[in-house]
Amino acid sequence: MIMGLFNDWVVVVLMMIGLYIIIAHGNLIKKIVGLTIFQTSVFIFYISMAKIDGGTAPILVDGVTQYSNPLPHVLILTAIVVGIATTAVALALIVRIKEAYGTIEEEEIQEQDSQHKDSHKLNIHNSSEINRDKKEC
Amino acid sequence: MLVHLPVLQVIVPLMAAPLCLILKRVQLVWLFTLLVSGIAFLISVLLLQQVMSSGTIIYELGGWEAPWGIEYRIDKLNAFLLLIITGISTVVLFAAQTSIEKEISQDKHTVFYVLYLLSLTGMLGIVATGDAFNVFVFLEISSLSAYALIALGKDRRALWAAYQYLIMGTIGATFILIGIGLMYQMTGTLNMEDLSQRLPEVAQTRTVFTAYAFVIVGICLKLAMFPLHLWLPNAYAYAPSIVTAFFAATATKVAIYLLIRFTFSVFGLSFSFTTLPLQIIFMALGMLGIFVASTTAIYQTNVKHLFAYSSIAQIGYMIVGFSISSVAGLTATLLHLFNHALMKSALFLALGAVMYRIGSVQLSQFQGLGRQMPLTMAAIVIGGLSLIGVPLTVGFVSKWYLLMALIENGWWPLAVLVLLGSLLAIVYVWRIVEMAYFKPSLATHANVKEAPISFLIPIWILVFANIYFGIDTRLGVQVAQAASESLFAVSVSDITIIEDSL
Repeated sequence: MIMGLFNDWVVVVLMMIGLYIIIAHGNLIKKIVGLTIFQTSVFIFYISMAKIDGGTAPILVDGVTQYSNPLPHVLILTAIVVGIATTAVALALIVRIKEAYGTIEEEEIQEQDSQHKDSHKLNIHNSSEINRDKKEC
Repeated sequence: MLVHLPVLQVIVPLMAAPLCLILKRVQLVWLFTLLVSGIAFLISVLLLQQVMSSGTIIYELGGWEAPWGIEYRIDKLNAFLLLIITGISTVVLFAAQTSIEKEISQDKHTVFYVLYLLSLTGMLGIVATGDAFNVFVFLEISSLSAYALIALGKDRRALWAAYQYLIMGTIGATFILIGIGLMYQMTGTLNMEDLSQRLPEVAQTRTVFTAYAFVIVGICLKLAMFPLHLWLPNAYAYAPSIVTAFFAATATKVAIYLLIRFTFSVFGLSFSFTTLPLQIIFMALGMLGIFVASTTAIYQTNVKHLFAYSSIAQIGYMIVGFSISSVAGLTATLLHLFNHALMKSALFLALGAVMYRIGSVQLSQFQGLGRQMPLTMAAIVIGGLSLIGVPLTVGFVSKWYLLMALIENGWWPLAVLVLLGSLLAIVYVWRIVEMAYFKPSLATHANVKEAPISFLIPIWILVFANIYFGIDTRLGVQVAQAASESLFAVSVSDITIIEDSL
């Protein structure tokens, strides 16, 4: 029972590790690491699903009748690209967050935000001039 | 040409997005984006006409036959959605150039339009496609561009909101991916039509239950259903005004569409509602969403936050209609989807105009604006009345249908709750009215003038649409009714198949 579903167990364990990191860690980079592990577990799920016992790579060869299913592999290629794009966007956001807040810890960001909550002045970050001023300070 | 309309709907904005980068002047990029969105709107009008007159359109990409290739399947439901998305997108774009001049730094204007078109492509793709995996890909196209668009906001909290949305959105999309994988494992197909025929055979397996759970939770994260709504208020509040107006009207609607599509078309009504206690869950969460979000909206000091929470409450109404799982209930949901898109795009555009003139949307800054920006404030008032559901506005039509659907099932207490929820809307709309009309103007606002014409035209187009469709309800009601009837026809035929096999 357990060995028969070995791949599924790996998937579930990885998935839970990933989700746990996203929830438990306050560091934004670590959250992204968790997110990547979470996504990777799904990739493994798709890839292992396509494997057929005794099947070979899906290339037509004489004398071979059983092939692994290539479709999930192709699907997951797309999903991997999507995953990389997500990670890239997330890291770019973290760089901007670091510039604007000076920290990448969730708690400190929330603390800074709650201090500004009452004032209706905008915390402008987009104009590069202001950023430069901050750096000079 | 006409044969290729379903794919052109998606391809045109997709191809146009990179072309924006070639154009040198920002004004040109804006006009080009407007043109592309206009073309997409025309295509969707033609598609809706075709679907209403001659039934579902099936388009096979690259000529590959359905279960193997990807097909675009345009029926009444998604033709209706395509019309809403492209229509709102086009109207909102009229004000885009004026609005982003003040809210986004100059060098990012072209990028803004590229992202906007990509996001539009993603949403249109989700709606047009008939392939489950394709849904995931388009979902990510629209979401990734959405994260970047939200991060363009002037306030630094926009970055934090975009990050939070990215985490939640990716978890949601990955959940959908897991669900699709499990479905593929059981049926060996990704085509929605094919899935709907093969799933009943294996419906009683735990794998299919798990698949459904993953898909639904993933979608509910995307549609910000209470209690999975935490990413929405900040994302809407700190994004550039144009982005908020566009997303508030379309992004969550696309997710509602997915919920309906997967529940009714792919898994079938008998599976979703009979074997699982979904009706109670959705009904309870929808009602809770209405009350919790409306109450939270009352205590907001930022008007964008206020309307963002009101959006979550309105999603609650759609979920309640959906959970009734009758033709009348689904009609109410679809109508509210259309109407809410009209209200919220008008309201958020008007807030964009306030942002343009004052540079803030704090409630305290609204003092006396009723006299200084009469047309903009009048638009907010009419939009607000529509939110409440006052007769002669669209809000009334959908609430009326929702009440009728509830009463049809004899659920009087719930109908009363829906009415009470509308009372909460009166409170939060009144807070804005009170500020704008019954308080003296702030000294710092002495020079504040009415919003520029490029804002007023789109805002009032939407406001008139709010009133027009509130009086002449034919278009919305006819299409929504036809769409929900056809969905039920499919689902009911599923039930008979199961009974035959038993």
